[in-house]
Amino acid sequence: MKHMLKLLPFSLILLLAGCGMENLSALDPRGPVAEMQLSLIQLSLYIMIFVIVIVFSIYAFVLIRFRERPGDTHIPKQVHGNRTLEFIWTTIPILLLLLLAIPNVMDTFTLADTGIPDEGVDEELLDEDDEVQDYVVIEAHAHQFWWEFVYPDLGVNAGQDMYIPTDTRVIVELEASDVIHSFWVPALAGKQDNVPGITNDLWFEAPEEGIYMGKCTEICGPSHWLMDFKVVAVDPDTFDSWAETMAEPPEDQLEPEGEVAVEGRDIFVENCIACHAIGDEGGNTGPNFTNYSERTVVAGFLEYSDDNLHDWIRDPDSLKPGNEMPGFGEEAISDDEMDALIEYINTLSVLDE
Amino acid sequence: MADNQVVEPQVLPPNPEKATLEGRNKFLGFWFFLGGETVLFGSLFGTYLGLRTSTEGGPGPSELFHLDLVFIMTMILLTSSLTSVFAIINMKRGNFNKLLIWMWATVALGVAFLSFEIYEFYDYYFNYGLGFTVSAFASSFYTLVGTHGAHVAFGVGWITTLLIRYRKAGITLANAPKFYTAVLYWHFIDVVWVFIFTVVYLLGAGG
Amino acid sequence: MANSSPAKKSVLWDWLTTVDHKKIGIMYFLAGLFFFAVAGLEAILMRIQLMFPEMSFLGEQTYNELLTMHGTTMLFLAAMPLFFGFMNFVVPLQIGARDVAFPFINSLGFWLFLFGGIILNVSWFTGGAPDAAWTSYVPLSSDSPGHGVDYYVMGLQVSGAGTLMSGINFLVTIVNMRAPGMSMMRMPLFTWSTFVTSMLILFAFPALTVGLLLLMLDRIFGGAFFDVAMGGNVVIWQHLFWIFGHPEVYILILPAFGIFSEVISTFAKKRLFGYSAMVFATLIIGFLGFMVWAHHMFTVGMGPVANAIFAVATMAIAVPTGIKIFNWLLTLWGGRIRFTVANLFALAFIPSFVMGGVTGVMLATSAANYQFHDTYFVVAHFHYVIIGGSVFGIFAGTFYWWPKMFGYRLSEAWGKWFFWLFLIGFHMTFFVQHFLGLMGMPRRVASYLDGQNLNDLNFISTMGAFFMGTAFILLVINVLISRKNTENTDDPWDGRTLEWATTSPVQEYNFAQTPLVRDLDALFYEKMNGDGRMKAAEPLGDIHMPNGSILPIFIALGLSIASFGVIYYSWPVIIGGLVVTFFTMMLRSVIEDHGYNIPVSEITGEKGEDK
Ligand code: HEM
Ligand SMILES: [Cu+2]
Ligand SMILES: [Cu+2]
Repeated sequence: MKHMLKLLPFSLILLLAGCGMENLSALDPRGPVAEMQLSLIQLSLYIMIFVIVIVFSIYAFVLIRFRERPGDTHIPKQVHGNRTLEFIWTTIPILLLLLLAIPNVMDTFTLADTGIPDEGVDEELLDEDDEVQDYVVIEAHAHQFWWEFVYPDLGVNAGQDMYIPTDTRVIVELEASDVIHSFWVPALAGKQDNVPGITNDLWFEAPEEGIYMGKCTEICGPSHWLMDFKVVAVDPDTFDSWAETMAEPPEDQLEPEGEVAVEGRDIFVENCIACHAIGDEGGNTGPNFTNYSERTVVAGFLEYSDDNLHDWIRDPDSLKPGNEMPGFGEEAISDDEMDALIEYINTLSVLDE
Repeated sequence: MADNQVVEPQVLPPNPEKATLEGRNKFLGFWFFLGGETVLFGSLFGTYLGLRTSTEGGPGPSELFHLDLVFIMTMILLTSSLTSVFAIINMKRGNFNKLLIWMWATVALGVAFLSFEIYEFYDYYFNYGLGFTVSAFASSFYTLVGTHGAHVAFGVGWITTLLIRYRKAGITLANAPKFYTAVLYWHFIDVVWVFIFTVVYLLGAGG
Repeated sequence: MANSSPAKKSVLWDWLTTVDHKKIGIMYFLAGLFFFAVAGLEAILMRIQLMFPEMSFLGEQTYNELLTMHGTTMLFLAAMPLFFGFMNFVVPLQIGARDVAFPFINSLGFWLFLFGGIILNVSWFTGGAPDAAWTSYVPLSSDSPGHGVDYYVMGLQVSGAGTLMSGINFLVTIVNMRAPGMSMMRMPLFTWSTFVTSMLILFAFPALTVGLLLLMLDRIFGGAFFDVAMGGNVVIWQHLFWIFGHPEVYILILPAFGIFSEVISTFAKKRLFGYSAMVFATLIIGFLGFMVWAHHMFTVGMGPVANAIFAVATMAIAVPTGIKIFNWLLTLWGGRIRFTVANLFALAFIPSFVMGGVTGVMLATSAANYQFHDTYFVVAHFHYVIIGGSVFGIFAGTFYWWPKMFGYRLSEAWGKWFFWLFLIGFHMTFFVQHFLGLMGMPRRVASYLDGQNLNDLNFISTMGAFFMGTAFILLVINVLISRKNTENTDDPWDGRTLEWATTSPVQEYNFAQTPLVRDLDALFYEKMNGDGRMKAAEPLGDIHMPNGSILPIFIALGLSIASFGVIYYSWPVIIGGLVVTFFTMMLRSVIEDHGYNIPVSEITGEKGEDK
């Protein structure tokens, strides 16, 4: 019953379209932070529905009861006001708002407290045995129009996909390298802004494994709408091995097997590595490529396929206007070379499966 | 007071600036305008306070500010406020000549202040290398103090125009509100300067 | 109409030089309507682009330009001027004045607004409109290539100067020019809200002026305010912008509140319930409006203390707003409600605005705001308050005051079609957007990817926009075909306030004799307790009127030229423009203008014509 009641306000939307897409919708939270926020939203919604019901009932009554009937010409009594009524409709809203304000203030403080140990260990980070719970710090650097995730304690730099261990507090430090962006993973946590010159932070946890959709929500240029990223939650063991391999990529990525891939590797070194690093070799003007073949999308939004990779490398600006990557026409990379390059890119992986 | 025949002093009401509806409108409207100006300067002060430590390796307040110079500027501007008060007192007494004299004195002090300010900026720019584009501090300093300076310059121009235009008119119900509002404006920029002196210079020199 | 001016002039010259508050009001109104149509068209184009996922109807850059221009135009060039139109036309009449306090400045304010609007829109033809959204956050705006954002800066600066002048003019008019007996606590609510709105303009716009100044210095003169590499700070812009921006939203809603108070009381045939509480609530809203700006910045990283304070302060505004809603309901209670088109808009406002209000409280909940912020939930919220509040207010005022302003009544039948179509379209467009936001659709996106369950609701939303567009066409037709309804225009609604004691169209001097006000709802009081006509507060005499002047246009023109000088960084043009402006201002102060007198004979002659 209680559960039913909870769903009531959203029943309309359930009818229309479910709760949105799984792992994207704030209405279908997948972690404690988003859950906290949804329950606050629900609390505010109940209070507001209460207000709406009262106002709408008076409204409907008045319009029906006091509408002008044909032939009616009486002059209504010119009432001045009513102290008691005025008192009532001043105090009741104040009480209702307090009902909302108090939990909100509490939640605001809870969410602001990442509990980073050098600020003194937060109690919430202690588990039953009073041990400091695991946490991982990730810097999210926002660029026009992609995301760079740096794991300072693990020596890892990852592009577009933010790997996190499940059931672990994730502390994200937000930075921006050009304009303001905003980091939002609706199913896990509300957003905070990436502001140039300032470091903001937020925290969240993902109890379940899965790929969660993230978006930039601050207009940042033409391709703002394509500035998506993914939060990939894996079990802690997998995470550890992922991080290790990311920090020190396997030999075969530097020296791949197979003739074509070797050629691809050369083309990559020649054209790409200045911006796209593999491991710690290369630049960071573009996303890191160490685990590229494990991406589900190209450039944050195109389905992962050889064709899309090809199209993207040839002319990125037509797909994602205003982005910083130059196009490589046939004079730079011939069709054959392109095939080799893509084959090489397809070998870039760090997870075992 | 033989030369004061254009308007008989006793004919004028005690507050000639507020005797007509136009005068009252002008007076009230000007007060509102100053309210808006307060927000304008408040915003500039806020910006300056936010950026005053952002010297980015360029020259900063403690090297730049010479309190002696700024103190002289402050005294000049305060005195000019005083002279403008004398002018209004004489206006209410119906003494047009003295009104003119004190107003000209105010203008002269205003010009003196501006000259010092120009010298100050010149000094910062050429001797210390504090260009407008050097740092966020430089931008916000020049913008705040410069906006005030522009206000002083505008005030000088305004009062001078009044003085020239009405040099022979005597005090009338039409020009009394104009002199009055001009002086109100002058007081306002004086008060703003006191804040600049405190917030920019004293705070800056004090570290 | 008999010509009472000293010399005969052409109609065009007459309008270009007028300082008559009624004509200025009409010009504000028509210019506002024009910009409303332009910005509405821009909205429809955006909605077409969003009708299906991954549409390529518009490019991203074009979308961002339309987005910026739609928001900026709607707020600065449509909604505010439309209200200014009513204020100019109605407020002097409502307080029994012959004119505003500063007729010359009033006309200058109008021309500055118009030239500012033109500057802004010229950008479409010179290589691209501004593209950093109406909030123009730095560094996106300070780094935006091309001249678009420069047009934004200068256009808003020029029109903002005009707005500020008009605000001061209204304040002084209301304080100093009221007819005998019209104490502050007898002023109609529309006049009261004009007063508070003008206060907000006075104290809010200078913050925008400074913000735009800094942005201009950064973009054009190499300033470092927002340049992080030079020690700049990008959050300062947001503070300045919202210190202006939040009061701005009350500038947009309070006049509508005023209109609803007039319309509801007129068509319920009842005195406004809780008049003094209404006045008080308006004042409190105005005051609190300055205390809450940072609720637009919860995610910027101000820290939990600031977030909590601004959250609670924002919720507090709901209280006086609620008071107003209940007072309107109780005004209707026991009345005799007539469902004219004007009243339909006022009545539809109540539930629509309540819905916008409750989402406002939800947004104020800072911890939940992290989910709402910059998503379609916000787009839904502010369109509910802006359309359900401001725009409904404008339409209610349009149907209510049209006979007074233009001398004919709009068709009620066409008006009802317009109303229903617009109402349905409005809810259809924006209701679903609440859910789009929570389902993961950010705001200000040029499109969205397929397969995210966002398609259906976006399609519905676009259909609603088409409804609204169609409805607007019906309004235009209504204006054109109703011109014959010229009978019964002096007081068609059995009005209560002083504007209905004048003729339609209104004489240039408004009242032959200044009326004597004996109670709130002055005219209604005379209808109940007197002979239905206002008592005169002065004997019949010559009426002194100010002369028209062409100078305001030149002052505004000079500033516009200087603005183009700034945009294209050309000192000669800047200086040339400023010289035009200052020279014209000099002319104004040197040329004595004594105005002219309308002799009694002419007044009585004209007076004989009315009923
Ligand atoms: C025909 C009715 C309207 C429609 C269909 C409409 C539609 C839209 C759309 C599609 C957006 C862009 C949202 C986004 O991409 O994030 C938008 C933004 C906006 N609209 Fe409207 N709108 C309408 C009326 C109005 C009115 C009457 C106003 C104000 C008086 C207004 C003020 C705004 C503002 C301020 C923005 C934000 C612009 C920005 O983000 O910079 N709109 N509207
Ligand atoms: Cu972004
Ligand atoms: Cu706000």
